[in-house]
Amino acid sequence: MNIHDIKKEFPIFDDKIQNNDLVYLDSANSSQKPRIVVDRIYDFYTKEFSNVGRSVHYLAVAATNLYEQTRVSVQKYINAKDKDEIVFTKGATEAINLVANTFGQKYLSEGDEVLLTELEHHSNYVPWHFLRKAKNIKIEFAEINDDGEVTLEAIEKKITNKTKIISVSHLSNVTGAILPIKEIVQLAHSKNIPVLIDGCQGAPHLKLDMQEIDCDFYAISGHKMYGPTGIGVLYAKKKWLEDLPPYQGGGGMINEVKKEGITYGELPNKYEAGTMATAQVIAFNESIKFMEKIGIQNIEKHEKELLDYGLEKLRKNNSVNIIGNPKEKGGVISFTIEGVHPHDIATILDEDGVAIRAGHHCCQILHDKLNLPATARASFGVYNTKDDIDKLDEAINKCKKIFNL
Amino acid sequence: MDLKDLYQEIILDHGKNPRNLGKFDNYNKDAKGNNPLCGDNVHVYLRLNENKKVEDIAFEGHGCAISMASASIMTDMVRGKEEKEVKEIVTDFLGMIKEKDSLETNILKDDEKTKLMSLSGVKQYPMRVKCATLSWHTLTSALDNSDQIVKTEE
Repeated sequence: MNIHDIKKEFPIFDDKIQNNDLVYLDSANSSQKPRIVVDRIYDFYTKEFSNVGRSVHYLAVAATNLYEQTRVSVQKYINAKDKDEIVFTKGATEAINLVANTFGQKYLSEGDEVLLTELEHHSNYVPWHFLRKAKNIKIEFAEINDDGEVTLEAIEKKITNKTKIISVSHLSNVTGAILPIKEIVQLAHSKNIPVLIDGCQGAPHLKLDMQEIDCDFYAISGHKMYGPTGIGVLYAKKKWLEDLPPYQGGGGMINEVKKEGITYGELPNKYEAGTMATAQVIAFNESIKFMEKIGIQNIEKHEKELLDYGLEKLRKNNSVNIIGNPKEKGGVISFTIEGVHPHDIATILDEDGVAIRAGHHCCQILHDKLNLPATARASFGVYNTKDDIDKLDEAINKCKKIFNL
Repeated sequence: MDLKDLYQEIILDHGKNPRNLGKFDNYNKDAKGNNPLCGDNVHVYLRLNENKKVEDIAFEGHGCAISMASASIMTDMVRGKEEKEVKEIVTDFLGMIKEKDSLETNILKDDEKTKLMSLSGVKQYPMRVKCATLSWHTLTSALDNSDQIVKTEE
């Protein structure tokens, strides 16, 4: 697949949006969907629909097989040891909540510490905050440095003999910093501390190898990987999924239900209660195939080129201030313009069809640290081109003109 | 949609140089407001005298040009007005931003109405309406909660 033809695979770019060609620079928020993913949902509902894992009729068996095929695709894609280490969730948020809830129930008690970082998304803070309230645990934050990175040393500094789990981002959705997760896992494991990686921004952009990273948990968001909304993945080492209690109770996750007691199902059913987002899981397989066809190395290379081009261009633009300067950085450029609030930037850019995000990007702790109430953010996907960045730059100039800068 | 309707000169002026920004000592009513989604916040302080007249009013906070301009124009406009007049102006303004084409209150002079109408551009930008209305809702909270700061979050 030619990287230059990829935009054509995405129907959203076929038509004008508000009379403009769409310049979509909000993929860190959610990516657009290739035609094969959209078509797969339609085809499943129109030709193949049935609930999975319950009935024995033809459609039910076929749907179950399709559903399980995605599990195997994900397993291979992230190089997990076993397909039972793949649990489907409604998103990365649910994946992190699942771990915080079940690990918290079993292993955390008053005074124990959970170690996060200052650049975590709210979805990797709030679930742990629940435990702070319920169990009186403590939450520690490894600090960011002036470049907007979290170093291994910053993590090490906050580890104490009370640290029970470390939960960190793979790639910051604000500064773009790529954390040294392999080293963090090695360090944590040398102290017998398990590690959860919030892979929302990592999975769509970086090569993943669970056996090499060796983390205990890795949370993935489907809709940021060119997949449907309502689907996420929790990768967890089998020993944890066997050891931890179930998360939600309901149909499909049980073994035997009696008045006197209940036994739970085998993996991975134990963590998939109720009817799951079947069509989305099945369509997510197409997202994985789409990314495999391009090749993650090619995606990484393409996005790195865009990033370098974008950084060079925006650095030359007076009054644009780029947030963070990490050495290892993904395709995210957060910025401010002196004298123009990010919301005004976003509205003015939108007028020219340039879609960015403005606000705190669900990272208030980080913005407090940076002493900024909000930032503007352009983030890249596989369909972006250098032309998109030129249009961003032009729209920023228009913004400056309106505000007489 | 036209950006010129949204970013009129008066908005840019008040957004850049907000009037009544800061805090004064002898306020007797105040309230905080925030937009959790975008992180904007405002803190309105005012002093009602024994005749229920707004003797002084000011605000602290940060936000976009629209929200700063709106708070700036609002504080200018309600200073010297009686509490019930303030409430009528607030209701009229919020009604205009929401649905009505013009302002109906007789309390404001024509040039004041023109000033307020400069904020009507947000009607074309549904996501920005809350920027224009935040300080006005906070003013209402301040008037209704005399004894303590209104906390929108725990």
